[in-house]
Amino acid sequence: MQATALAGGFDTPAIGSAHAFRCVMEAMARPGTVQDIQGAAPPAPLSVAAGTVLLTLCDTDTPVYLAGKADTDDVRTWLAFHTGAPLTGPSHAMFAFGDWDALMPLDSYPVGTPEYPDRSTTLIVECAELEAAGAKLRGPGIESEAALSLPETRAFQSNRALFPLGLDFIFTCDSRLAALPRSTEVL
Amino acid sequence: MKDTFDENAERKAWMGLLAKAPEGRVAALLDAAMTRPEFTWLRAPEIGSTMVRGRAGGTGAPFNIGEVTVTRCALTLATGEVGHAYIQGRRKSDAEAAALVDALMQGARAGAIRKAVLVPLEAEQSAAKAARAEKAAATKVEFFTMARGED
Repeated sequence: MQATALAGGFDTPAIGSAHAFRCVMEAMARPGTVQDIQGAAPPAPLSVAAGTVLLTLCDTDTPVYLAGKADTDDVRTWLAFHTGAPLTGPSHAMFAFGDWDALMPLDSYPVGTPEYPDRSTTLIVECAELEAAGAKLRGPGIESEAALSLPETRAFQSNRALFPLGLDFIFTCDSRLAALPRSTEVL
Repeated sequence: MKDTFDENAERKAWMGLLAKAPEGRVAALLDAAMTRPEFTWLRAPEIGSTMVRGRAGGTGAPFNIGEVTVTRCALTLATGEVGHAYIQGRRKSDAEAAALVDALMQGARAGAIRKAVLVPLEAEQSAAKAARAEKAAATKVEFFTMARGED
């Protein structure tokens, strides 16, 4: 067994995950803001931010889909050891991780049902760059207008049209993270 | 009946033995045998609870018996072996000792550890089991019917 694939969890799980959860919540509550997040040291190709989010949000009840290059043995072992989350395909995933192209097509993910809009997938998108500039955002949690470097705009506009159903997005890059909930309007 | 060979059977056996050892016993045997090697925590000892499930008669449908308190930890030695431990109760130092033994059993010193820790543990456990069975057997009552001599 490879010890290196198992290292890199939170030093103090209770405190580390509470801090990380606060970061994710802030990012979701204020779309367009970029948060610093750290705590985990996951194996490549997971970034620090993506690994920390997965450690914080995943457990044995949340099926995870690893898309494309993210689906390596090291990542599988690491996730299994630290979270116990089962791996699945896109149609049953509560969390999906990968880069934007690997996660396509978006219509393969569950968007929830009118009775249970929460039964949808949260996509954790690994980005090459992440900054509060680019596509204009408007909606709950944004005072007038915010901006975020999105991989594209049309997909998010059609996702907004499904509201109150739809997908939520978390963008990660190194140790930074931003989020785009389904309620945000991309102009 | 399974016809595949369980390659983890041996490790399962020693992990079960370590998990059932009385408080402080594994640590005492390990310290008597050797100085503890350097290690780093993969998961520091933590206490939680886990659901124990059973099957009626060993073959029936599974049902939940109840929750037990469990201490678990995982560590890695400098040589790369990974040791895990799950111990019933709130015993962090026992979990550490059990994980160390598990890791050492996968390395070059497995033979020495087996002789110094596992063999005595197994002997103690089977002796305790036999003593308990003997004590129970002594109270066994034989019921029989005497002939009533009606004929």
